[in-house]
Amino acid sequence: MPLSKICSRSVFVFFFFLLLCNFSAIAAPDGKALFMSNCAACHNPIKDATGPALQNMDKTFPSKDWGYNWVHNSAALVASGDPTATAIFNKFNKVPMTPFPQLSKEEIDAILKYVDDFKAPVAAAPAAAGAEGGATESNSWIYTVITLSLLLLVIILWRANKALGRAANDKMGIRNEKEIPLYRSKLVIAITAIIIFIMSGYWLVNGAVNEGRQQNYQPLQPIFYSHKVHAGINQINCLYCHAGAEKSRHAMIPSSNVCMNCHKQINSYSGEADHPLKTAEGNVVNGTEQIQLLYKYAGWDPVRKDYKRDANGNILATPIQWVKIHNLPDHVYFNHSQHVKVGKVQCQSCHGQIQEMDEVYQFAALSMGWCINCHRQTDVQFANNNYYSIFEKYHAEIKSGKRTGVTESEMGGTECQKCHY
Amino acid sequence: MSQKQYWTDLEDLKNINAPRPDAADNEFKEELPFDLSDSLFSATTPRRDFLKFLGFSTLAATLVASCEMPVRKAIPYAIKPEDIVPGVPNYYASTFADGGDYCAIVIKTRDGRPIKIEGNELSSITKGGTSARVQASVLNLYDKARIRHPYADGKEATFASIDTMVKEGIGTKPGYLVTGSVLSPTTKEIITQFTTKYPNVKHVVYDAISYSGMLQANEACYGKRTLPTYHFDKAKTIVSIGADFLGTWLSPVEFSKGYSKGRKISAKNIKLSKHYQVESTQTITGAAADQRATCRPSEKSKIAVALYNAVVNGTQPNLSTPNLNKLVMSAAADLKKGNGLVVCSCNDVVLQTVINAINDKIGANGVTINWTVTSNYRQGIDKDVVDMVAAMEAGQVGSIFLHGVNPVYDYYEGKKFADALSKVPVSVSFADRMDETAQKCKFVVPDHNFLESWGDAEPKPNYFSLMQPGIAPLFKTRAVQDSLLTWTGAAQSYGDFWKDYWMKKTGSQENFDKALQDGVIEPAGEMANGGAAFIGNVADAIAKIDARTVKTGVELNVYQKIGIGYGGVWSNNPWLLEMPDPITRVTWDNYLCVSPKRAKALDAELTGFSEVDFKKRVVTLKGANGYTVNVPVIVVPGMHNDVVALAVGFGRDAKVGRAAASDATKGGKNAYPFMSFNGLTFESHSDVTITGTNEKYDLAYTQSHNSYEARPVMHEFTLEEFSKDPKVLLKERGVEIAEFAAVPWIEEGKEGKEPIVDANTEEGYRANGTLYPNYQYEGIKWGMSIDLNSCTGCGACVVGCMAENNISVVGKEHVIKNHEMHWIRIDRYFSGMTDDPDTIQTVFQPMLCQHCDNAPCENVCPVSATNHSSEGLNQMAYNRCIGTKYCANNCPYKVRHFNWMDWNGADAFADNLYEDDRRDDMNDNLTRMVLNPDVTVRSRGVMEKCTFCVQRLQDAKLTAKKAGRPLKDGEARTACQTACPTDAIMFGNVKDKESGIAKLRKEEQMERTFYVLEHIHTLPNVNYLARIRNTEEIHAKDETKDDFLKYHI
Repeated sequence: MPLSKICSRSVFVFFFFLLLCNFSAIAAPDGKALFMSNCAACHNPIKDATGPALQNMDKTFPSKDWGYNWVHNSAALVASGDPTATAIFNKFNKVPMTPFPQLSKEEIDAILKYVDDFKAPVAAAPAAAGAEGGATESNSWIYTVITLSLLLLVIILWRANKALGRAANDKMGIRNEKEIPLYRSKLVIAITAIIIFIMSGYWLVNGAVNEGRQQNYQPLQPIFYSHKVHAGINQINCLYCHAGAEKSRHAMIPSSNVCMNCHKQINSYSGEADHPLKTAEGNVVNGTEQIQLLYKYAGWDPVRKDYKRDANGNILATPIQWVKIHNLPDHVYFNHSQHVKVGKVQCQSCHGQIQEMDEVYQFAALSMGWCINCHRQTDVQFANNNYYSIFEKYHAEIKSGKRTGVTESEMGGTECQKCHY
Repeated sequence: MSQKQYWTDLEDLKNINAPRPDAADNEFKEELPFDLSDSLFSATTPRRDFLKFLGFSTLAATLVASCEMPVRKAIPYAIKPEDIVPGVPNYYASTFADGGDYCAIVIKTRDGRPIKIEGNELSSITKGGTSARVQASVLNLYDKARIRHPYADGKEATFASIDTMVKEGIGTKPGYLVTGSVLSPTTKEIITQFTTKYPNVKHVVYDAISYSGMLQANEACYGKRTLPTYHFDKAKTIVSIGADFLGTWLSPVEFSKGYSKGRKISAKNIKLSKHYQVESTQTITGAAADQRATCRPSEKSKIAVALYNAVVNGTQPNLSTPNLNKLVMSAAADLKKGNGLVVCSCNDVVLQTVINAINDKIGANGVTINWTVTSNYRQGIDKDVVDMVAAMEAGQVGSIFLHGVNPVYDYYEGKKFADALSKVPVSVSFADRMDETAQKCKFVVPDHNFLESWGDAEPKPNYFSLMQPGIAPLFKTRAVQDSLLTWTGAAQSYGDFWKDYWMKKTGSQENFDKALQDGVIEPAGEMANGGAAFIGNVADAIAKIDARTVKTGVELNVYQKIGIGYGGVWSNNPWLLEMPDPITRVTWDNYLCVSPKRAKALDAELTGFSEVDFKKRVVTLKGANGYTVNVPVIVVPGMHNDVVALAVGFGRDAKVGRAAASDATKGGKNAYPFMSFNGLTFESHSDVTITGTNEKYDLAYTQSHNSYEARPVMHEFTLEEFSKDPKVLLKERGVEIAEFAAVPWIEEGKEGKEPIVDANTEEGYRANGTLYPNYQYEGIKWGMSIDLNSCTGCGACVVGCMAENNISVVGKEHVIKNHEMHWIRIDRYFSGMTDDPDTIQTVFQPMLCQHCDNAPCENVCPVSATNHSSEGLNQMAYNRCIGTKYCANNCPYKVRHFNWMDWNGADAFADNLYEDDRRDDMNDNLTRMVLNPDVTVRSRGVMEKCTFCVQRLQDAKLTAKKAGRPLKDGEARTACQTACPTDAIMFGNVKDKESGIAKLRKEEQMERTFYVLEHIHTLPNVNYLARIRNTEEIHAKDETKDDFLKYHI
């Protein structure tokens, strides 16, 4: 076999193998994502929490199938009297594990692989941040300086030209026109007056229109809660905490017992290395201290690992007084579930890249024009929701190709009493 | 009945067919605060002032605008209860029980606060109906006058200290536990335990409005001291002697449901029950009646005997008027046809015996009167109470416990009771406020409000209804059952007792949960029905009645208003006080109702005819017992000429609450002292003398506030007219609109044809009656239908609307100025002759925004604050409104209401709130908890009107969208619709051909459908169903016969 042929064949095999790898990379379940969405509420890879630390847990299983059965329905296993199952059950205060019948064997394997490979994050030198900061610095000030100096140059030249002209005139004996100072020139006064009038009118109207609006409002909150850490880095679903968004007009700020579902075990912030917390003013925030602050509100005793209770067994929790960022006037009716559940609008459409915000600010103007604009441009879920089946005319038009969709405003979404009543 | 003419009051009658100058020209009555003199410079507000104000307000606005935004907090639950989602209402089935009044209800709570009461449709008794009082009961929960802790000797005390003192104090001397009629089986059980532990304490039932006469008569006639169940739905002939069974008598919600079944009529099924009413005063039941006659209260027993004789022997009666004779004869004839029912409200054993005898003779027992399943609504025997008071006076009583009763106010000798009470060493009141009796008691141990309590009711034997709380107790109160259990020495709390009782009764946790969820536990299937053997001595009763004489002087009838009822906590309910009385249309007061003729006879200048003029003459009313009050007079056509009427529930003590407080200038007068005791029962009528005074008193009267300028708005027919020609209304409408249904140049086939509305006329009229393009509605178009045959005018919808839509209470002074805010009002029209009360026929027409598709209000709004939606709603955007009031001017139905004042503190500016004392508690932070968070609280300077409960429509649509299915018929229901006890209101999507409303308009009730002022092409989305009266008699205005109208008005 000629060498070239062998080469080409091995190259082919190599690429084919690469391709296969690629496919498997696409098809293999993402252990980290699965762990975060299904297990992280009760399990930590390396620490005992509500449930046991999962790292190398699979090595203790009697068999692989036992592991699958456990995940699919641990209660049945315990009930059957399995000794390993009973031991785990008893060790963790007889709290039954939520069954996950929907997880396939491959997915369970992927989760186990992820936790086995998991390494505790190590604090890295925070060097990269500075370099990055330098690169993004703006250089517009240079242009400003250049523009201003050029302008100054123009004025100086113009004045010099004028003075020279006058001097030349004097020399030639031509009478110079009497020079009126700029501030007494009628033309200048008129133009200035008009400009001031227009500007102040603009300012007044704009001010009046924007009265009560708070775009970019970014208040300090009682706890430095970072959406970036939770929704961004750890990819917690928005609806896990804001459960009302699908059911109610209010998205609902979670009560502290919802926070405690995870924070019973997550008692320190370990992401300082990857993502140090800073306020908008640049002050460094200690994430672990903030979690301790949460414990105070939630009535959690981190030492005893239990809630503080009064004589009647009620948890001694106090509500957290968050500062409300998104304020609508009283005469506006807004319903989250209408938009999230029915309209299938992404949270980010109105709240901005919330998963990138350490401190939340008001992204949208929340003005009526802003609402109406979206209602004019957005199609309702016309084909996907049987509710709209009664709008026969639009269905006929879609069928005949006259239109591709029906916008919210065509469904009456810009009428007064859709939001004001 | 097209010749029939309707009038709202005597002034209107005089000016029939002509716009009345007073109301029509002066829709906005008060002068505008502008000086419109010719000489501008000498004017009081010259141009310079104007400029100054302009400058000031610009500056002020700028300053306000530059203020910093306030920092608002969003505070979540510390630990969220599992079953609460903020913003989503929870519903709890429960029970309304007040004395013997009963209604199965559903409490709507939002974020832990009860905000609305709905009827429970699972109950076979009230079937989802409610009354004005049931609707308003949620406001009592937040009543500022409720006491917040127990009292001992007028000072704050603890339950523990009172418990010790009471237990020591009961002693061995005779004691009394006085309650109203108790429906609750667990409470009865606890009372039995209490009286077993303390055998010297006797349980006495005291009903302020007593049915003792009926109970005793039933005991004599049937051997059962109880009330039967009346099946008005099965009755083909109903004769009522004085019983206002649709308004205030016994169980109006239950009766309205049943009664309205016999009043539904369509062209395909022309059948109607026949209702005869004999009464002394004008009631809503009389208004609903087909044939009505008036009599003196003292003649009622004679009428009953006459009816008995007519039924048994066919004897021609000899009563005071020919009309009564005629009515008795035709009623007797109809009753004998079967399915008859005779009811009478008189608290008179002898009279009730005769009524029982008639019902027995016509075979009503077991058909329309049910003795197998009886009613527990009233249990009080008057004699027991009188005996108790005598014992108290004699100083023989050692202790008294008062629950749900207020005898110092509502006993016929309240003063005597108060004196007797002071002789009782241990007196305990369970009142929720410092009412007249509680003030005189040594201990006040406040009970929970019913919306805070566990409990139950057994309105009929084996028909149970559970009560569960919608909120934790707001104040330091304790359930009366808990107090009794503590004093009995039981270790169990009432909550546990109650749970044990019902767990045992239902058998399992599952059944218990189901019962609690449903709110009712009832035997399966239709209600059993059976008669009873009549063993009464009717001959003796007739002999006793024959010995009586009919009085000759003026008689006073003490009656209950539908809103305020017997008084109690209702006297302090601003919603009910501002709800116009269905008949008199007066708010906030009680007054003496007199017939026009009596008013004239009193004094030529005393008449107070001008019902537009709110200043009414005051008269002095003196009872046989010497009790004297000064009360204003109001003329009520349809009152017997020798009878006057005064409502109870007014003249309350200041501590009952701010709205109830009365003195010489406000709050009315107490009518209870005019009642008397005849040795067996309390009597509500008595002889009085009336003398005029020169004083005047303001009455806030609402019927003349709006005028249609003599345009006809009603359609009414007799059964005969309608059955002869079911198309009679279609023809009447045809005359008005058929001409415009086709474009003028289509002439073929038009000539010689009688105009009539057919299936295509409405669409044709819609398209061709206007120059505007015809908008095509897609998907949803809301429509409402109101059946004028079913509507009894009871006012439940008015209060239901107030609760749902945060309608402001404006107070008496502003009602006088036409400023009342009710989005739905019930217009009352009379027809007939003023000098003969028997000819007066009364109709009600609920009037709300008609949501016209071609709305006159929309065209005139300069800022387009009111406009039309693609679902046919006439929308009102409050924050766009600049308050020109053009829309209200241009609305032909007069349903728009302007916020003249800041009624609720909704304005951005502080200290702008309107205050007038009696209504001010509405703005207390406690009372404001009743507000519906889904509806804007309107601020000053904007117009408002009915929205068709758009928040409910939006919610129903959202529910359907979330489930991914089309909207179901009946899913979206308005507040007035759910409140209605007679199902008079239907609502739905008319574009859905299968919906009830579409079928009703096009098929089932096409012959009765009409639109108010249809001929002006407003294209309303509210239609009415014409009134059909089962009578031959129509009384039009006739000056030749009506001497009174001819000579006096």
